[in-house]
Amino acid sequence: MSVAGLLTGGGTLANGGHGLHLLSGGHHGLRFLVLVLAVAAAAVLVVALTRRARTRRLQHGRPAVPPAPATAADTPALAGSPRPASTRRDGGTIVARNLTKHYGEKLAVDDLSFEVQPGRVTGFLGPNGAGKSTTMRMIMGLDAPDRGSVTVYGRPYHGLGWPLREVGALLEAGSIHPGRSAYAHLWMLARTNSIPKARVEEVLEIVGLSPVAHQRAGQFSLGMGQRLGIAGALLGDPGVLLFDEPVNGLDTDGIRWVRQLLRGLAADGRTVFVSSHLMSELAQTVDHVVVIGRGRLIAEMPIAEFTSRNARGSVRVRSPQLDHLRPALEEAGASLTAEPDGSLLVRDLAAEKIGELAWQKSILLYELAPQSASLEEAFIESTEGNLEFRGDRPRRENAPVSKP
Amino acid sequence: MTGEESVSPPAGGTAVAPAGHYRFGAVLDSERIKIVSVRSTVWTLLATAVVGVGLSAVVTSAQSARYSARTAAAQQAFDPTRSSLSGILFAQLAIGVLAVLVVTAEYSTGTIRATFSAVPRRPLVLTAKVILFSVITFIVGEAVSFAAFLIGQGILAGKTPTASLSDPSAVRAVISGGLYLVALGLLALGIATIIRHTAASISVFVGSLFVLPIIAAVLPTSYSDDISRFLPQQIGTVMTTAHYHGTDTFGPWTGFIILSAYAAAALITGAVLLVRRDA
Repeated sequence: MSVAGLLTGGGTLANGGHGLHLLSGGHHGLRFLVLVLAVAAAAVLVVALTRRARTRRLQHGRPAVPPAPATAADTPALAGSPRPASTRRDGGTIVARNLTKHYGEKLAVDDLSFEVQPGRVTGFLGPNGAGKSTTMRMIMGLDAPDRGSVTVYGRPYHGLGWPLREVGALLEAGSIHPGRSAYAHLWMLARTNSIPKARVEEVLEIVGLSPVAHQRAGQFSLGMGQRLGIAGALLGDPGVLLFDEPVNGLDTDGIRWVRQLLRGLAADGRTVFVSSHLMSELAQTVDHVVVIGRGRLIAEMPIAEFTSRNARGSVRVRSPQLDHLRPALEEAGASLTAEPDGSLLVRDLAAEKIGELAWQKSILLYELAPQSASLEEAFIESTEGNLEFRGDRPRRENAPVSKP
Repeated sequence: MTGEESVSPPAGGTAVAPAGHYRFGAVLDSERIKIVSVRSTVWTLLATAVVGVGLSAVVTSAQSARYSARTAAAQQAFDPTRSSLSGILFAQLAIGVLAVLVVTAEYSTGTIRATFSAVPRRPLVLTAKVILFSVITFIVGEAVSFAAFLIGQGILAGKTPTASLSDPSAVRAVISGGLYLVALGLLALGIATIIRHTAASISVFVGSLFVLPIIAAVLPTSYSDDISRFLPQQIGTVMTTAHYHGTDTFGPWTGFIILSAYAAAALITGAVLLVRRDA
């Protein structure tokens, strides 16, 4: 049975009849079965094709992006200033009041109130599972709080006319259809808020994705996906910006670039709210912190104050007779940590007291050095006992060797 | 803070948010950009055309070859229009997959968060999807339906009675082919909005087409007929037949209204859930 026969009909139909003997042989069931199988195969093919890109990405992790543009985009003009000339743009205040959110039985955010002011970078800190992403989704109106409210520019997110021009957000990374290009993704977002096409090209340029703008996003690396998300946040030139774990998947250059970007945006007068579960990522970048644990507010204050309040000072002690010194220190209530270089880190005991104890026991000291409190330590101290999962506990560099 | 810009003091003036509001036309255009920028659209529409026209031709050929061997009663009941539109009842699968993907692809990829961040009024997004999908499916569906009809009549010519577009009933049946695909696609879109997962949505959709008739068939005849006429597949058969001789079914337009009601019910349920649930 030829296609021509089918199309021309009439004359060749006698042949056609023979050719289709199997189908026309009177076996209704068989004919139906063949048709159903053919259609099912077609449907499976369609689904398989649409999923192919995704599977490929999952299998290979870091996919085959043509080398030239990939290199160009992975380490590109990032070394320079992240943004063109700085433009003054006053941000609005984010005000959260008594935010509470359950997922089923689980309490994700618990009576959380805080404010994020314009003109500075506010860090949103807490261990994994503390409720940071949930809070950000509630700010964006994506998840509805069970109780409480959150406003931006004094309005709930739903009340914003052109939301992208007022609030920009990088929520979960890689939230893009793998079959869609970066350009199409940004353009379809821009279109809704009457943002011109030129701005799409501009933000692609800013994040260094111009060379790969028309490639399917499924081929992007984690870092490129993250940059596309940042481009989406910048798209509407908003006065308020939210970044959920922005440096995940970025290399050193990328991390430095994001820090500069955040500082630059705040210097413009914008409101910048950035979350992280790793204090060290943001230590040099944030001016103010909102710290949460298990959905509850732990601290909301300038970073310097947070550091001085929470970090217990420690003292580094070196001595050839540490074994004799230890019991005396423990008796005095200190907690001790052995350092890899053989020295001892003493907490909860002042340097003067340690020196006094050593002198009383005639113990020789080589070093008695008070350590300044690090932000990382302050963070760990403040969230102690507020960790959702023990496994997520931020690791200290050294485990305490003894604690009475 | 070494080497990085220092902090500027908090802004003194009140922040002014830009004036303006997203409009439906812009949301509709955004949906257009979405649907044309992924390959699955092309593939599913291609499958719709190939299956709709191709399988129609295959079935029509088979029936024309067998026609002379049939009983007089069967020859009397033969509807050339219906025969040439057989593939529509299979093309509905591909259209259903497209309809499901229009919604579920946003959830599976996370694009939905960007979408609702840009347009917080969610029913507006759903409405845009419905209108865009309806227009695309109507155009493709009618093209497939008319092509299948014309090719089918060509195949039947000289072998069996044929239908022509001068017969209002035939025209009604051919136009119904496209309308059926639109209504059924919207049902799939509604199911997808409710379920939000690709595989589960397609399963439910296909189940309502192919599994429900089987369940209905094993029931006692008295129930079976009552139930069968409410099934999409049965309604589609009547809609695409020019001269239907059965009695236990709804008329073509009544059937279309019932089918549209299914779609509306699914879409309204989906819209309510869309607003209530977290994205």
